Amino acid sequence: MTPTQTEVAQRRGTPEESDGTPVISVRKLWKVFGPKADRVPDSEELCGLTRRELMDRTGCTAAVRDVSFDVAPGEVFVVMGLSGSGKSTLVRCLTRLIEPTAGEVVFEGQDIRQADDKRLRDLRRSKFSMVFQHFGLLPHRRVVDNVCFGLEIRGMGRAERTKRALEVVELVGLSGYENSYPDQLSGGMQQRVGLARALAGDPDVLFFDEPFSALDPLIRRDMQNEVIRLHHEVGKTMVFITHDLSEALKLGDRILIMRDGKMVQCGTGDELVGAPADDYVSEFVKDVPRGEVLTLRWIMRAPEDQDALDGPELGPDVIVREATRTVLAAHRPVKVVENGKLLGIVGDEEILSVVAGQEGGA
Amino acid sequence: MTVAIEKPETTGPAAPEAPAREVRKVNRTTVVAGILVAWLVLFFVLRGKQTLTLATADLTDLHRWFNDVNDSVGANRNSNPLFLYFFNEIRLVIDNLVTFVQHLISQPPPGRPLPQIGWLGVVGIAGYVSWAVGNWRVALLAVAGFTFFGLQGLWQESMDTLALTISAVFVALLFAIPLGIWAGLSDRFNGIVTPFLDFMQTMPTFVYLAPLTLIFLIGPASATIATVIYAAPPAIRITAHAIRSVPETTAEAADSLGATRRQTLQKVLLPMSKRTVVMGVNQSIMAALAMVTIAALIDAPGLGKTVVQALQSLDVGTAFNAGLAIVVMAIVLDRVTTAASTREENARRSKNRFLKWRNPLLGAGAVVAAVLIYLSHTYVWAADFPGDGTVGSHIASAADSVTNWAQDNLSGLTNAIRDVITNVLLNPFQSLLTDSPWWLVGLVLVALAVVLGGWKAGVTTAVCVGLLVGTGVWSDAMTTTASTLVATVLVMVLGIVFGVWMGRSMLVDRLVRPTLDAAQVMPPFVYLVPFLALFGATRFTAIVAAVVYAAPVAIKIIADGVRAVPEATVEAATSAGSNTRQIITKVQLPMSRSALTLATNQGLIYVLSMVVVGGLVGAGALGYDVVAGFSQGELYGKGLAAGLAIVLLGVMFDRITQAAARRTGA
Repeated sequence: MTPTQTEVAQRRGTPEESDGTPVISVRKLWKVFGPKADRVPDSEELCGLTRRELMDRTGCTAAVRDVSFDVAPGEVFVVMGLSGSGKSTLVRCLTRLIEPTAGEVVFEGQDIRQADDKRLRDLRRSKFSMVFQHFGLLPHRRVVDNVCFGLEIRGMGRAERTKRALEVVELVGLSGYENSYPDQLSGGMQQRVGLARALAGDPDVLFFDEPFSALDPLIRRDMQNEVIRLHHEVGKTMVFITHDLSEALKLGDRILIMRDGKMVQCGTGDELVGAPADDYVSEFVKDVPRGEVLTLRWIMRAPEDQDALDGPELGPDVIVREATRTVLAAHRPVKVVENGKLLGIVGDEEILSVVAGQEGGA
Repeated sequence: MTVAIEKPETTGPAAPEAPAREVRKVNRTTVVAGILVAWLVLFFVLRGKQTLTLATADLTDLHRWFNDVNDSVGANRNSNPLFLYFFNEIRLVIDNLVTFVQHLISQPPPGRPLPQIGWLGVVGIAGYVSWAVGNWRVALLAVAGFTFFGLQGLWQESMDTLALTISAVFVALLFAIPLGIWAGLSDRFNGIVTPFLDFMQTMPTFVYLAPLTLIFLIGPASATIATVIYAAPPAIRITAHAIRSVPETTAEAADSLGATRRQTLQKVLLPMSKRTVVMGVNQSIMAALAMVTIAALIDAPGLGKTVVQALQSLDVGTAFNAGLAIVVMAIVLDRVTTAASTREENARRSKNRFLKWRNPLLGAGAVVAAVLIYLSHTYVWAADFPGDGTVGSHIASAADSVTNWAQDNLSGLTNAIRDVITNVLLNPFQSLLTDSPWWLVGLVLVALAVVLGGWKAGVTTAVCVGLLVGTGVWSDAMTTTASTLVATVLVMVLGIVFGVWMGRSMLVDRLVRPTLDAAQVMPPFVYLVPFLALFGATRFTAIVAAVVYAAPVAIKIIADGVRAVPEATVEAATSAGSNTRQIITKVQLPMSRSALTLATNQGLIYVLSMVVVGGLVGAGALGYDVVAGFSQGELYGKGLAAGLAIVLLGVMFDRITQAAARRTGA
């Protein structure tokens, strides 16, 4: 797995990062549960063990192992993995709902792990907020009171916080249900309340812990669209945990794949599909409709002598499905051009191999 | 024997594979059977030797020493600093509290012919409070129930019982709720208190009384303290449970929004556990009521005293009348507090239609209640319940005539039942236990404990047996054990029959469960009355009362166990062509094995506490020793020793069955 790690490290330098310093920067983060957990990240030998071996040797479980990544401002950063991969622990470590064992979580240039209780509370009150899988609503409070809970905790006055809560309730499309109790709402609507509660404090970063896993598929799709809409409207940085690859691809600007607490690959959706880091990732992305995810960059080839270079031009980030019609309609191969520079060409052959078959590309 | 019993322990704790468990089970049954056969053989050989029998009036050195301690405590009560500055102070505070509440509602304060608040005022308060915390239906019930006490001619006794219950619950909750919250928040504290709570709940109610009288004298103060001790554990436990069962996500969500610990407690944990905490208050009140009636044995005033006196003179009519009042009070208190725990939720559901009227109505109600209190404080007609309790004497005479009729007409049947059980089950078993040498019985108990529960249970049992011998009432303890075990067998038979039936049929469950719930609410005393009428004052009466007292718990546990068997498994068995009997015996009962052992545990403990109460109606043995100890000075020490013996039996049975339950559950 070591070669993968280096590859990931290189790929982290994607263009998103260049347009500003990261909002959250995670360095060598560890979370180990169990007796004397501290010694595990420090010991070269213990670090090398698999989860099972570590359990047998020390009685400890390493939920998060040596994870590093950056989240850029305004980005939707998705952490994906199967259950038990440590993704929920990871997101809780970011706000110290679970205390990390080792590593750094840098937010606004400051390591959150060094923050004292008060500073941490202030961060949670004004900078972060979280949406939970099982909502975590207060059953004895009405929707509007649930939404203003965070503001109440901060000590905001009743009139002011109710006004703000009603705005947010409107924003998430719950107008008319302000005075209902959570158990009178459907699962999807309850999660809207959770979302509203998270938005009410106008945080810089929103964390989502598998927020839609408990919802049925149609509602889930609605809610995903809702998140995309909110992201456009309020432009918050989001860290999104999911076990659903299609959700990850739909929402994520970048995706981090975790397995057994380790990061396997981190990159954009088309990178994961186009260049899976290992068999685990390729197995994962096998059933993804490649034409929907890959861009021309991934399927173009270098022009050869006999190729005519007078076909239509397209950018390298055009998704294959959108380019299909143009490429098939043209009699000559399509030129992939970025900033006036010819990167390669795409012909019928390349398009068809992606749209019709599953092979090729990698 | 030792070689044979070593086996289960080695394969015991972790035997994940099914075949291994099969082998072990067979082994264990064989070993148990072997032990029993060996016991029988040795019994016939050694019969009547070293049985440690002690005549009723005989005392051992320990008993005499207890007597001396009692005397010296009595002599130094007002000079020993520990008493002067600690126990006496506690007694004084409790005494003042109880006297204060009594002066309010039951006993005339100095300078007044009647209590501060007369019957009209009390009925008014009862109705108003029930309405305010519950709903108008329970308010009507409360008014009707309280009026009924007056009609029964038991107004003052009822109010005494109520006064003691209220004082005890007040003090108990004062401690219990903060402790419960603490235990809910802190794992460490929870770990510390849980064994104590277990122990306190395992001990038969009776047992608190003897040592307490030593320290706090006989009377309302001791009764209240005993009641506090008995009523606090359920409230602590339920409060802790309520805090713990708030979903983790919710607390985490509050955390993630930056709530401080205090904010999380105030705004999340407490509101969300309110309902369950009120259930804890309910449990606490019911426990207190049960204990207050039993505390009549140490001269606590109230309905319990009426029952005890009537039982001792075998006056079934009067006992029934007072018992009925206890039942009515139990029902009223239970309904009102249950309604209080569901009120908020119901109010939320009902679309808030009357919400804006609620506060003005509450205010108006308060005014009405205040007027009633004033009237009852000022005018005799509103203070002293009118009439002379004719309803009560009608009830008593009706109960008497039913008793007479039953004794005349059913005696053939009841005697037959009694004789069959006494001669076939009880007598042989009792003589087996009492006529075997003590060391043989002890050995058998330890061996069984090891086989069923493992080494730890065996050690506990050995210690308990040793201490039992030390108490000097070994023979009486064995008699009580015989009754307890026979009653437990009957409880389990009932439990399995009804439990399986209820577990299999939703309809039966819905019909039977309310009755069981109601039966569990009653103070144990009340059970004695009807059976005294049917079976006279014998051991058997106590056994039947114990069976009726313990059966509801066992039935409920088994029913829940059977219900918890996955539907799919039953379906699979059905699709394999099993008939009903096969499904029950091969699927549902084996799969609810841990429920069965738990039911045995609870059944044993309930039966034990009741068999002792049965000492009042001729059950003899330990129960009689305790009761006699309260009333006769020279038997005080023996009574105390008997109380200890009951605790030891309880601990022993509890450890063995719990260890067995853990094993089968593993």
